[in-house]
Amino acid sequence: MKIPDMRYIITGIVVFLVVMTFPFWYNIGKAASAPQVSLDTPRIREMAEPQCVEPASYMRANHMRLLEEWRDRVVRGGERTYVAGDGKEYLMSLQNTCLDCHSNYDEFCALCHDYAGVAPDCWTCHLEFPRESK
Amino acid sequence: MGVAFSLAVVGVLILAITLAVEVLGLRFLVGAVLPYVAVAVFLGGMVYRLLGWGRSPVPFRIPTTGGQQRSLPWIKPSSLDNPSSTAGVIGRMALEILLFRSLFRNTKAELHGGPHLAYHWEKWLWLGALVFHWSMLLVVIRHLRFFTDPVPSFVYWVEGIDGFLRVGLRALYLTDITLLLGVTYLLLRRFFIPQVRYISLPGDYVPLFLLLGIGLSGVLMRYFVGVDVAAVKELALGVLTFRPRIPEGIGVLFYIHWGLVCALLAYFPFSKLVHMGGIFLTPTRNLPNDSRARRHVNPWNYPVKVHTYEEYEEEFREKMKLAGIPVEKE
Repeated sequence: MKIPDMRYIITGIVVFLVVMTFPFWYNIGKAASAPQVSLDTPRIREMAEPQCVEPASYMRANHMRLLEEWRDRVVRGGERTYVAGDGKEYLMSLQNTCLDCHSNYDEFCALCHDYAGVAPDCWTCHLEFPRESK
Repeated sequence: MGVAFSLAVVGVLILAITLAVEVLGLRFLVGAVLPYVAVAVFLGGMVYRLLGWGRSPVPFRIPTTGGQQRSLPWIKPSSLDNPSSTAGVIGRMALEILLFRSLFRNTKAELHGGPHLAYHWEKWLWLGALVFHWSMLLVVIRHLRFFTDPVPSFVYWVEGIDGFLRVGLRALYLTDITLLLGVTYLLLRRFFIPQVRYISLPGDYVPLFLLLGIGLSGVLMRYFVGVDVAAVKELALGVLTFRPRIPEGIGVLFYIHWGLVCALLAYFPFSKLVHMGGIFLTPTRNLPNDSRARRHVNPWNYPVKVHTYEEYEEEFREKMKLAGIPVEKE
């Protein structure tokens, strides 16, 4: 039994498979591992025991939430001091606290943001870093 | 009954994933083995279903159409609702697939005070379906940022448009809201419209609860409970490059999201969700209505053995003459 429209159906199936497997063939030969951010900046080298405001695992998942909280508390509440989970006090400031240590934009912030495809607009106002990747 | 059962199915799935990840420590199974199984079942199942439909005989045109067929030159044909050419069919299919034209024709029939039947304007199903499907497409495209390295520019465009609203510092994706609204509407209509509730089966509720679970876990991760996005992408890319690995520090919420998506993919070919492929092979939509202009011969007609009158007369001429029956040839 010959089905005259089978060639259209086969074409459709091939198109479907190609589109659906796009993430597979697009990434052929890619290393795929998450970027290793660099902590090698002058300020961090000065520290006896390098430590962020909150534990690194928390910062990795929640730094944007922390920055949001800081923004609200500083700009709207007029507070300036952040008491961290371990009781230490920090000045709530992206530019003077965060970026003071993490002054290596291209080896720190940009690596993960580019990897995960996010384009935060922090740097449209704060500290102009040379940007070559985009 | 259907609701409770479906809710239980999704609940058990979530519990099983949580148990596997948190208690049994089967992160590799959920994170790296499950997706391969799910994608294989999804792709294989879809191809199987499409080939099955492709092999089904469609011997003639089924003109269940909502418009004037092309006939005499002075009668205006409805070339999109009742197309007679391939171009018209492509137009009808495009409208159907992109804009859900059939649903747009939906009406509500109601009996009013005795034998008065009235048809009401009813576009809510069309609107809800449209909102849900388009949101889903955009959400899937946006998720490509976790599945591609480097991220293609069209993903950034979609993200930029979708996320032009801000909550705090971060983008609030419109499609996150519209997707959940769409699914919720499609679910609530099954609860509150008595006729729809009556015909709703677990096969209708399970996909909706799955989608709701996927949407809610995704929204939770994005807006409320942080996840290490770089680690999540490393896991996803590991699967995609066939070098699966499980990075540290990914919470159970991600595994629930991931596991439910795998369940949805694996369930896809066996559920009503195959309408994704089936819509293309709908005979009432994809055939031009040209039965009066072209002769369609049933493709599996076998050659019928016939015995014509000439052959009959040839065989029995002498006997017919003897019996006095008139013959055509002497």
